[in-house]
Amino acid sequence: MPKILAVGEISNGVLKKASRETTSVGKRLGGAVDAILLGSGASAGVAELAKHGADTVYVGEISPYNGEAYAKAVVDVVKSKGYDIIILPHSWIGRDISARIATALNTGVISDATEISLEGDRVKIRKPVYSGKAFVNLKLKTSPQVVTIRPNAHPISEAAGAGKAETITVDASSAKAKEVKFEAKGGTRVPLTEADIVVSGGRGIKGPENFPLIEQLADLLGAGVGATRAVVDAGWCDHTLQIGQTGLTVSPTLYIAVGISGAIQHMAGMGSSKYIVAINKDPDAPIFKVATYGIVDDLFQVVPPLKEELKAALGR
Amino acid sequence: MNTLVLIKQVPDTEAKINVVGGKISEAGIKWTISPYDEIALEEAIRIKEKSGGTVTAIAVGDDSVQNALRSAFAMGADIAIHVKVENYQMLDSFGIAKAIASAIEGADYKVILAGRQGADSDNGQVPYILGTLKGWPVVPFAKKVEVSADKATIVCEAEGGEATYEASLPVIITANAGLNEPRYPSLKGIMASKKKPIESKTADISAETKIEVLGFEPPPARPAGRIIDGADAAEKARALVKALREEIKVI
Ligand SMILES: Cc1cc2nc3c(=O)[nH]c(=O)nc-3n(C[C@H](O)[C@H](O)[C@H](O)COP(=O)(O)OP(=O)(O)OC[C@H]3O[C@@H](n4cnc5c(N)ncnc54)[C@H](O)[C@@H]3O)c2cc1C
Ligand SMILES: Nc1ncnc2c1ncn2[C@@H]1O[C@H](COP(=O)(O)O)[C@@H](O)[C@H]1O
Repeated sequence: MPKILAVGEISNGVLKKASRETTSVGKRLGGAVDAILLGSGASAGVAELAKHGADTVYVGEISPYNGEAYAKAVVDVVKSKGYDIIILPHSWIGRDISARIATALNTGVISDATEISLEGDRVKIRKPVYSGKAFVNLKLKTSPQVVTIRPNAHPISEAAGAGKAETITVDASSAKAKEVKFEAKGGTRVPLTEADIVVSGGRGIKGPENFPLIEQLADLLGAGVGATRAVVDAGWCDHTLQIGQTGLTVSPTLYIAVGISGAIQHMAGMGSSKYIVAINKDPDAPIFKVATYGIVDDLFQVVPPLKEELKAALGR
Repeated sequence: MNTLVLIKQVPDTEAKINVVGGKISEAGIKWTISPYDEIALEEAIRIKEKSGGTVTAIAVGDDSVQNALRSAFAMGADIAIHVKVENYQMLDSFGIAKAIASAIEGADYKVILAGRQGADSDNGQVPYILGTLKGWPVVPFAKKVEVSADKATIVCEAEGGEATYEASLPVIITANAGLNEPRYPSLKGIMASKKKPIESKTADISAETKIEVLGFEPPPARPAGRIIDGADAAEKARALVKALREEIKVI
C-alpha cells in the first residue's frame, strides 16, 4: 500500500472543502492517509480531517501565506517521513506550491485531475487540456508522485482516522518573495471554486444596474456569483468573478448561465459542471448545446418569477 | 534591465481540437502565442520602454515554434532564442523547464515573465520548475508589476482578494489576464521581424521527462438536455424550479 500525504488548507480555523477532498481521495486510493494542514488556526482542522480518514495530521501555523515556505514545509515532511503519493487541491495554493514541491523532490507533477485511480503503485489521472476541448490520461514515471485534483470534482467520504496532531514549523524568513499587503475582495459569498451552485451573468443583462439580479438569484440559492469576460471587460462587476479560459475554472453541481452565449472560452471554465441551466432569448445560442435545462426567453421576464418560485420552494 | 519572456506556441483558442487514435490531430490547427504569454511579452516591452535593456523571447519546441518567435519580434522583442528539442511534448513541464534553464545558463536577466498557464496544457508548472531549479522566486497571477533596481513589487490575484508581493531579483512573474492589453504589432514591426535572426540551440530532454502520456480523448458527451416549455416566462420559471427539485434534486 502506498503511503499517502493529503495536503489541506485552512484559514482562520475554517477548513477548506478542498482539504476534505484531498483526504477522501487519498483514502480511496490507498490504505493509510496522513494530512498536512497549513494556514491560520490549523490545529482546529485536525478533528475534522480525522473524520475523513486522516491518521497523523501535521499542522503548521503561518500567516500571511507564503508559497516558498509552504512548499518547503511539505518537502521537509515528505523527506523526513517518506511518502509515495502527495495529493494537493488544484486551488490557488495547490497551483502555487505543487510544482515547487515536485521539483525540490526531483520528481514530476500531474495536475488538475478530474478523475484519479491507482494502477499498481502508479497514480493515473485524467485531466482536461486545450481549455476542456480534450482530455488526457497521464501517469508519472518518477517518485514520489505529486498530483493535484480539481476542486469540487471528487466525492468527499467519511472514514475514521486517528487524527493525531503533530506540529511542524513553517518559516518564511528566508523567502525571496513575500506578501506585504492583502486586500480582501468578493465579499462574504462562498468562494466560486468551492460553490455547489454558481449563478453567472453574461452580456444579456445589458448593464451594471442589472448585475444585482444575478446576485439576488445567487443569494437565494446560497450560490457563488460568476460572470463572462464580456461583463468583466465592460466593468459591470469585479474581474475576480470571471469564469473561463482566462478566468476561474469552476465545477459546481449546478451552473446557471443567465444571458450568456456560451463561447468556447467561457465553456472552458464551467464545462465540467454537473448540471447546467441556460436562460437565453436566442434559441441558437451555443450554451443550449451543453444545457441540462434551457429556457428560451427574455431573462428580464424569467428571473423575477424564478426568484419568487425559489423563495416559495425554499421557504425563504 | 534585461528581461526574458517564456513563449509557448499553442493552438489558437478558436481552433477545433480533434483526437484521432489517442493523439491530437494537428491538421487545420492555426498556431499562436499562448494568450497569457502575449500579456507577459507586452509587460516585458513596457519594462524596456520605461527602464531600457533588452527583451529576449525564448520558446522550446520543434521548428514550427519559430513562428511564435517571429510574432514576438513583430510585437517588439529584441532577441529570440529557439531551443530545439526532439519529440516535443506540450505536457512535459520538467523537460521544457530544464531546456530553458540550460539555454539561459550564464545570462543576466533580472525579470523573467511567463504565462500563468499554457493554453494547451492548462498546467502552470514550467515557471515554478524553472524557478525552483534556479533558486529564483516565482510570483504568480500578476495584475500589476513595478520593477526597481533591486526588487519587484507585484500585485497578484489571490484566493479571496489581491495580494501584493515584494521579490528580490531575478524574479519569475506569471501574467494573469488584466495585467495589460497586448499591443498589435505594427506593420514596420512585422516587416522587420522577418529579417531578424533567431538564435538556435538544441537540448536533449528525453532523459528529463517525468510524465507518461497514455493518450488523449475527446471530452465526454454531455447527456442530452431539454428546453423547458411553457405559455409564458413565469410558467417556464415554475417548471424549471420543479425540475431542479424533483428531477435532479439539486435544491
Ligand atoms: C483569448 C481569449 C480568452 C477569452 N477568455 C474568456 C473567459 O475566460 N471567459 C469568458 O467568459 N470569455 C472569454 N473570452 C471571450 C469570449 O470569446 C466571449 O466573447 C464571451 O464569453 C461572451 O460573453 P457573453 O456570453 O456574456 O456575451 P455574448 O456572446 O454577447 O452573449 C450574450 C448573450 O445574451 C443573450 N441575450 C441578450 N439579451 C438577452 C435577454 N434580454 N434575455 C436573455 N438573453 C439575452 C444573447 O442572445 C447572447 O447569447 C475570451 C476570448 C478570447 C479571444
Ligand atoms: N515550450 C515552452 N517554451 C517556452 N516557454 C514555455 C513552454 N511551455 C511553457 N512555457 C512557459 O510556461 C508558462 C506555463 O506553461 P505550462 O506550465 O505548460 O502551463 C507558459 O505560459 C510559458 O510562459
